[in-house]
Amino acid sequence: MKPLSIAFIVFTLALLGFSTYQALFVAPTEQTMGDVQRIFYYHVPSAWVAGVCFFVNFLASVAYILKRNSDADALAAASAEVGVVFCTIVLITGPIWARPVWGIWWTWDARLTTTLVLWLIYVSYLILRHFATGSQTKLLAAVLAIFGFVDVPIVYMSIRWFRTQHPSPVMGGGENSGLDPAMLHAFLWNLLAFTCVGIILVVARYRLQQMENEVEAEHARLALAGGAR
Amino acid sequence: MSAVGVTKSTLLKDLRMEWRSKDAINSMLFFSLLVVVIFSFAFNPTAEQSRLIAGGLIWVAFLFAAVVALNQTWARELRNQVLDAYRVSPAPPNALFLAKVLGNFLFVVVLEALMAPLFVVFYQLRSVGPVWQLVVIALLGTWALVVNGTFFAALSIRTRSREIMLPLILFPISIPALLAMVDATTSILTGESSPDFWIKLLLVYDVIFTAVCLLLFESVLNAE
Repeated sequence: MKPLSIAFIVFTLALLGFSTYQALFVAPTEQTMGDVQRIFYYHVPSAWVAGVCFFVNFLASVAYILKRNSDADALAAASAEVGVVFCTIVLITGPIWARPVWGIWWTWDARLTTTLVLWLIYVSYLILRHFATGSQTKLLAAVLAIFGFVDVPIVYMSIRWFRTQHPSPVMGGGENSGLDPAMLHAFLWNLLAFTCVGIILVVARYRLQQMENEVEAEHARLALAGGAR
Repeated sequence: MSAVGVTKSTLLKDLRMEWRSKDAINSMLFFSLLVVVIFSFAFNPTAEQSRLIAGGLIWVAFLFAAVVALNQTWARELRNQVLDAYRVSPAPPNALFLAKVLGNFLFVVVLEALMAPLFVVFYQLRSVGPVWQLVVIALLGTWALVVNGTFFAALSIRTRSREIMLPLILFPISIPALLAMVDATTSILTGESSPDFWIKLLLVYDVIFTAVCLLLFESVLNAE
């Protein structure tokens, strides 16, 4: 491993420790929800990382279809996997937060349902990658990724109409929205830490995929050389 | 041969094969009949209840039944390397795709026309809202399922365990279309709300995904 990557990992670990301290001890306790609100510092950054990963997956898939570059495919595979992991964290931390605050584990509200459908789409993407055979995998996966990405806004629109009782966004919403500055501070530290973790995971998975591709190519080369003898 | 000619001859060939064997339509009919009967046992609804659940029931039955036809779409073209022959021919790929979509669309529409009376009888359905809108929803919704279904069938034919693969990738993408179909149908049957938004959504879904399918089909057909 290159010294730069090691330095980045150490930096991220330190950052994670600091942001966890910020979230658990420094940030003020929320008035009505109490300590359970602190899950916010993990829930929202995870959603952010998942969203960025799925967007990267879309861009990499388009790049693969246009250029047929297997590095683009490796990036698509890596970002989809990491995205699904963080999306799973969102779907698990969400109900844990909702149960004491809303009194229910789950509601079919627009954002929850869209996140669940998003998760389903990218799990089906991973299943396709798993079941597809040979060199076609990359193209088939890239094609499905484009369908999935196009589908997300339509899902959101349809479910918004279906269930209109969704809670208004806390940040960037109406007049009374907005975070306490101390909370925003802890939140931004966590956002940064989670983004770094996401980058590390995607890069590590990307390199692994590249190595797998190289091994496969070497196998193919050896098989051809053996056939020629 | 022109694109229209290719589409026409492929479509006629598929229709003729289906007319002689009746494989797809028979299995779809029997399958959805089973769903009607089993759901009726499972829920045992009154006329009032069935008006509320029928939208979901009908479309889930048709969705599952459509998968039967969709899975067969490309399977018969694999034998004798028809797809490979098509790949080297100068015929436009989208003409082949459209022929397959139209074929599946006709199969599923025929299925719906045959099954609708049975649903009405078994679930004592009487619509409160305007019935003609149900026809619009059926046509738009069927196109939504079939255009993506035909495309994904072409994807899944290149994977291991292809029969199971198709629903796994088709259903998540189809969730908004299915939601629109179910909710529009329910709002017409109960007459409580207007299905206009859902019809527009289906239209948007159809246009967007037809465009995406036509854009990407060539690369899927030539995938190697």
